Amino acid sequence: MKKVAVIGGGVTGLEAASQLAQMGYTVTVFEKNSAAGGHVSKWDRLFPNRRHSIEVVNELKSYLNGNPAIYLSTAINKVTKKDNRFQLEAYNQVFEADAVLIATGFELFPAERKEEYGYGIYDNVITSAELEGMFKENGYPVKRNGDKPKRLAFIHCVGSRDEKVKRPYCSKVCCVTAVKQAIEVKEAIPEAEIFCLYMDLRMFGPGYEDLYKEAQQKGINFIRGRLSEASELEGSRVLIKTEDTLSSKPLKMSVDMVVLMVGMSPAQGTDELIAALGLQPNKDGFVEITDYHLNPVKTKVDGVFAAGACTGPNNITDSINAARSAAVEIHKYLNNK
Amino acid sequence: MRYHPFTLPFSIGLGFIMLYIIVMWTIWIVRLSRREQKIVWKRLFSFRTISAIWESIREGLLHRNIFKRNVLLGYMHMSLAFGWFMLIVLGNLEARLYPHGVINPPYYPIFFEFFRHDLTPLHEYEEIFTFLMDFFLLMVISGVSLAFFKRFRSRTLGMKRTTRHILIDRIAITALWFIFPLRLFAESVTAGLYNTGHFFTNFIGQWVIYNLPLDYLYYPAWWAYSIALGVFFITMPFSRYMHIPAEILLIFLRKYGVKEKESHSTFTKIELSACSRCGICIDACQLSTSLNISDTQPAYFIRDLRYSQPNERLRETCMMCMRCLEACPVGIEITRIRENERREHPLFSASSYGYINGYKYPKAKVAYFAGCMGHLTPSVIKSTLALFDAANVDYTFIDKNGSICCGRPLQMNGQVEAAKQLIDKNNHLIGESGAEVLVTSCPICAREFATSYHLAIPVLHHSQFLLELTQQKRLNFNQSGLKVTYHDPCELSRGLHITSEPRELLQHAVILSNGSKETESKSLCCGGSLGITNISMAERNKIATDTLNEIVAESSSYLATACPMCRKTFANAQDKIKVLDIAEILEKNLNFAPEKVSEKNQSPIKQQAVIS
Repeated sequence: MKKVAVIGGGVTGLEAASQLAQMGYTVTVFEKNSAAGGHVSKWDRLFPNRRHSIEVVNELKSYLNGNPAIYLSTAINKVTKKDNRFQLEAYNQVFEADAVLIATGFELFPAERKEEYGYGIYDNVITSAELEGMFKENGYPVKRNGDKPKRLAFIHCVGSRDEKVKRPYCSKVCCVTAVKQAIEVKEAIPEAEIFCLYMDLRMFGPGYEDLYKEAQQKGINFIRGRLSEASELEGSRVLIKTEDTLSSKPLKMSVDMVVLMVGMSPAQGTDELIAALGLQPNKDGFVEITDYHLNPVKTKVDGVFAAGACTGPNNITDSINAARSAAVEIHKYLNNK
Repeated sequence: MRYHPFTLPFSIGLGFIMLYIIVMWTIWIVRLSRREQKIVWKRLFSFRTISAIWESIREGLLHRNIFKRNVLLGYMHMSLAFGWFMLIVLGNLEARLYPHGVINPPYYPIFFEFFRHDLTPLHEYEEIFTFLMDFFLLMVISGVSLAFFKRFRSRTLGMKRTTRHILIDRIAITALWFIFPLRLFAESVTAGLYNTGHFFTNFIGQWVIYNLPLDYLYYPAWWAYSIALGVFFITMPFSRYMHIPAEILLIFLRKYGVKEKESHSTFTKIELSACSRCGICIDACQLSTSLNISDTQPAYFIRDLRYSQPNERLRETCMMCMRCLEACPVGIEITRIRENERREHPLFSASSYGYINGYKYPKAKVAYFAGCMGHLTPSVIKSTLALFDAANVDYTFIDKNGSICCGRPLQMNGQVEAAKQLIDKNNHLIGESGAEVLVTSCPICAREFATSYHLAIPVLHHSQFLLELTQQKRLNFNQSGLKVTYHDPCELSRGLHITSEPRELLQHAVILSNGSKETESKSLCCGGSLGITNISMAERNKIATDTLNEIVAESSSYLATACPMCRKTFANAQDKIKVLDIAEILEKNLNFAPEKVSEKNQSPIKQQAVIS
């Protein structure tokens, strides 16, 4: 029986592993964290239809029934290729495989790098991921002092489309996430005033535009302008400065809470992993794919495939598609060997 | 015999250049402003003149500044200038001591050996003169050889890149290179025939070229020498070699206090002519060393400005970091000239700043101004204010609710009028604060306040202010024992000459370790410069990482800097080393002062360390 190693137990890794196991391969998933499900397991509800993310993660996890098998808290720290077979090392243990799928996903942009926004310095500047955590825990956002915020600003493109922090690319999912979260805040705290500071709104997916329209109808204010800086006022309120570029006016406002829509960055550690296989990151730091149109999971090295957010920002749908695509490509590869 | 037609090319050339220099000097001096002329007259008979003479010798002849940079390069310049000068002086003395009288035509001492083959009437001076003339000729020839060698292997002389010259410079330099070998040849032929030389020319004439038909070569050799001199003199005013007379005038005027103003002036014209296009500025420029942009440096910018008009790329491709200014052996005010040139050709029109409304802030003895860059690094503000609080400083934060820019970025890009609007607003704000001292954590603002605001109160960079507080025992720090590399920001080190205060202050909390000679006035720019708009983020990051690779000592835990912009640029460019402002490092190691001094009875600061 041919063996496939899947590195990463997020949505991509789990989906690909399940598909490959159904095709009759022996599949092992290596997850560096103590639980499978990746970032998605940390979210509360998903765009566009606000389904609970736990449903998605639980269904994916239910495939783990021995084949595919999963090793949790197992970081692969070395991969070598020898005569078309791969040897993966973790904790001095060696695993063998005939094909490898890289599904290491992404990391959230470290918001403290955008220092002028005050993350980690001011009390009530949080990230979109932390807001999801608050929804999960309380069903509504809370300020550091435990109060509900009455005035919030969502800052789009934090660590996306920003050359100054070496993230020149669009992270794709943050626009719609902000719109979704703004609606959720409005529903949880109806009297709250909400502002979204955006560059462009990229509502490309099914249902996204509807969500945007719903947000406007619910009275959420959209201001086209990037945040220039934030400072802290008395009572831990935050003063934000921007320019309303549609009316060419500088704008200043104080809010109770600032939510930074952090983008997707290449996962740390993926670099060393792919370097060991003779692969290079693309110019944005993600795993390089050889054919973006006809074979978006193939890498330069035979037998090594990559899928999901490790190849660039993806939403769940994209990742599931890529996972299935990878399963088919791995099947073709193993049969032609 | 005291005349021969071969002296004509030289005589015509000499006459032309002398007349040209006199006319140009006169025009330049006459066109100086009334005020400038007044100070020149007032200071003409003072110690400044002696000092100017000494500097002319030191830089014009001996080239001390270039020696300091590279000994071989210094020797090359010195041997050409000083060697040639000594040949002229000695030639004149020799001709005057000859028994036929002291009044000679100007060409006569130059071609003395042609006219006088019998040097015995010089008696006891014969030996010494022939020796010295040979000695200095050898020195000049060695300089020419080095200059020739430098064209092919400039690295040996400490220059990675040399200037690419235009046609007129190539003609002039070729003539100059020919002068001395031709002189050597003419004198050697003469020495071979008449034994008029010493160890050098006699040796060549009698042992090396003795089997050539010297009789036939005698006249052509002297003709060729004279022609080379004539060509050099004729091309001189139109080429880089105009720097010789212009630099002398520049040195004197500068000593008397004449300098660049807010726009181009006659003094600018003199400065432009005083540039020899030596190319030392090219290697000093990080655009060249990091990005391979090696055709926009002052050697080219100044040249184009002297002859016509530099194009936009030439004018704008400069970080205004002042490293070239520091490196220039002539001391031309390059950055000022470029800023003035940008004023004449603004790239964009800054919109009105009328919407900026004044804020009301409480009055206090110390006004703190964080600046735009300060607001982009809120942790610097937080740490600075925490230190103020610890020292019980009576301060008011005058740009707390969002800053009004100090105006410096606009100035650097030629937007004087827009900058004025901001300066007026800030001036009002500073006046309203009732403060006795203005403190800023941004060197860019500090420099702008010091140079463009004409404030009634002193301006301090926060490193100076915090040092004063520490010296007054109002702040106390624990020595952490951590090793830290300090980076000098351009505007602080070269702009305001503040290099010791930040170091002294840091040493209260950390141990300084520097891995490079490129510090203080020679410090490297972070690449974040507001003075350049036509390089990409990736290029800026390249400059930042190159700078860090050069300056950070292996053992350092942090990079300390004193400028929020440098801090941000370095931090964004890499993940290897953590970058912190001085204030952040100090706050981490703050040891609360045992005795808190009441601010009420104290003057906020002693006035000695202020930026003038």
